[in-house]
Amino acid sequence: MSGKTEVSPSSEKKIEGRSPSRLAWERLKRDKTAWVSFGIVAIFILMAIASPLFQWIMHTGPDTFHPNTLDEMRGALPLGKFGGVSGQHWFGVEPRTGRDIFLRFVFGARTSLLIALAATVVATVVGVLIGLVSGFFGGKVDQFLSRILEIVMAFPSILFALAITPVLEGILESSGVPKGNASRIPVMIIVMATFGWPYIARIVRGQVISLREREFVEAARALGASRAHLVFKQILPNLWAPILVTVALNIPSFITTEAALTFLGAGVIEPASDWGAMLLQSVPFYSVDPLYTFIPGIGLFLLVLGFNLFGDSVRDALDPKSAR
Amino acid sequence: MRYLVRRLVGGGIVLTIVSAVVFGIFYILPADPARLACGKSCTPELMAKIRHTLEIDQPIVVQYERFVKGIFVGRDYLKGTTAQIHCPAPCLGYSYQTDEPVTFLIRDRLPATLSIAFGASILWLLVGLSSGIISALRRGTWIDKTAQAVALGGASLQIYFVGLVLQLIFVDKLQIMRSPGYVSPLQDPKEWFLEMLLPWITLAFLLSAIYARLTRAGMLEIMSEDYIRTARAKGLKKSTINFKHVLRAAITPIVTVFGLDLGQLLGGAVITEYVFNIPGLGRLATDAVSNVDLPVIVGTVMFAAFFIVTANIVVDLLYSRLDPKVRMR
Repeated sequence: MSGKTEVSPSSEKKIEGRSPSRLAWERLKRDKTAWVSFGIVAIFILMAIASPLFQWIMHTGPDTFHPNTLDEMRGALPLGKFGGVSGQHWFGVEPRTGRDIFLRFVFGARTSLLIALAATVVATVVGVLIGLVSGFFGGKVDQFLSRILEIVMAFPSILFALAITPVLEGILESSGVPKGNASRIPVMIIVMATFGWPYIARIVRGQVISLREREFVEAARALGASRAHLVFKQILPNLWAPILVTVALNIPSFITTEAALTFLGAGVIEPASDWGAMLLQSVPFYSVDPLYTFIPGIGLFLLVLGFNLFGDSVRDALDPKSAR
Repeated sequence: MRYLVRRLVGGGIVLTIVSAVVFGIFYILPADPARLACGKSCTPELMAKIRHTLEIDQPIVVQYERFVKGIFVGRDYLKGTTAQIHCPAPCLGYSYQTDEPVTFLIRDRLPATLSIAFGASILWLLVGLSSGIISALRRGTWIDKTAQAVALGGASLQIYFVGLVLQLIFVDKLQIMRSPGYVSPLQDPKEWFLEMLLPWITLAFLLSAIYARLTRAGMLEIMSEDYIRTARAKGLKKSTINFKHVLRAAITPIVTVFGLDLGQLLGGAVITEYVFNIPGLGRLATDAVSNVDLPVIVGTVMFAAFFIVTANIVVDLLYSRLDPKVRMR
């Protein structure tokens, strides 16, 4: 423990009653890793939000071709050093098209974060609801839901996601949703949430089972509270800590799944910017223009690392016993 | 024994449901499954053949029943006409695009996937466990801190990025590694090893990071248990305590994770095979998806699910062996 512990000699010092969430917040505030990782995540989020601003500053769009930056003699590779890095194109330009890599990176962050966050929200809502029902009712209901959970987890998720994307997309398109990203992105969110909720449901279920028989729930039940009241007013408020930790640790895995799906060709469709797509498109050029591969790769690494570290810090702050 | 039977029956039920769901999603949900089986380069003749042989006119239950029957006893498509297709058991469907039963395609691609999975898993277990053990025993030293930092970084990296970077460094720039690929180890074991090396290292690098973290955390937890203090008080040798008592107890949860990871990998190291262009099950599946070869998609998904369910059962059985506290119920 750093810093001086102030022992006040006066007996008048007030004894403060501090709530568990307040204690957790104070632990988190003292954690340097939490600050740094939060900083990384915040920079990426701000960058994603500000992406149209960058477009305005740079007087060009992420999808605009710049053929004058390419060397036609060398198979349309960027002119100049390091993949065409210049004052106009901060991260260089894309081989063959000359699109600005910095803008594609910034807009790509927005796509990745939006899809990952949407999938997280859907998976969390479904997972929490199913976990609550499963844990609270127990018995047959629990057995049935646990079996569904087991089956979902038995699916080879990446493979299945790749396979089902065209099928779901076809269904959306035939019901009037326009072709392209308008139907692809919802499909990605659905698929990712479908394979994400069991992990959240499992944790919530375990917590509910241990809370269900506690005295305060018993008391509410004795007072004649309805089931909905017991579940949502008595049990759920006690679950926000484990739910928060699970969410924090799930976001990075959704981000990487999104990039992996796009990398494998079942993700965001051109010309929309996306980190997974940038990595995929950089494959033919990785040895002649390494920077093109490194920019989305490092971006993904930093963002995932930031979320992972921040998730760990939140967990340690909420549950000091788990800190090792 | 009764436990084993119960687990097998449970696994069988899960597989049946998975197969029904997969079958339903791919043969019933789409407006035109024959179109999906025909793929991108579809000819009217092929389309007509598929329409006839897929038996789409039959009720769904009959279609599914024939599919399941095919897995156990094989199947003849299009009985009683000239173009008869025989698909021997276990029949997982017939690829009209390559004109081969799906099982044959899987059989051809399995060795490459097995090579990746086993080589990489040996490597990541060795590296992950040993660095985890060293970290736990030398807790707080620079070795531990370095190992932890590497593990944290490794756990946040992606195969599709690291694979390209390692290939750039070792194959293109330094030229000390062979370009990844697959040759049969029976044909040329040396070439097999050299071409597999980069995929193994890539996969192992990322996964050993996770295993190092697990091992370290597990060992530290066990080391704070009372019975370890007792063992120390009895005057047992340090190495006996660390390896016979601590590691023995810490390794059980790792066995579980390992079994599940291996099961997932045997169904196709999808991303690894895609990055390094290795003709394994994962590549078969991704190619089938991009060519829209419906029967191959269904077959590979089911095959992969089979490995995952089997791995689950094996892990449970091993767990009850390794951990005397787990009673076989």
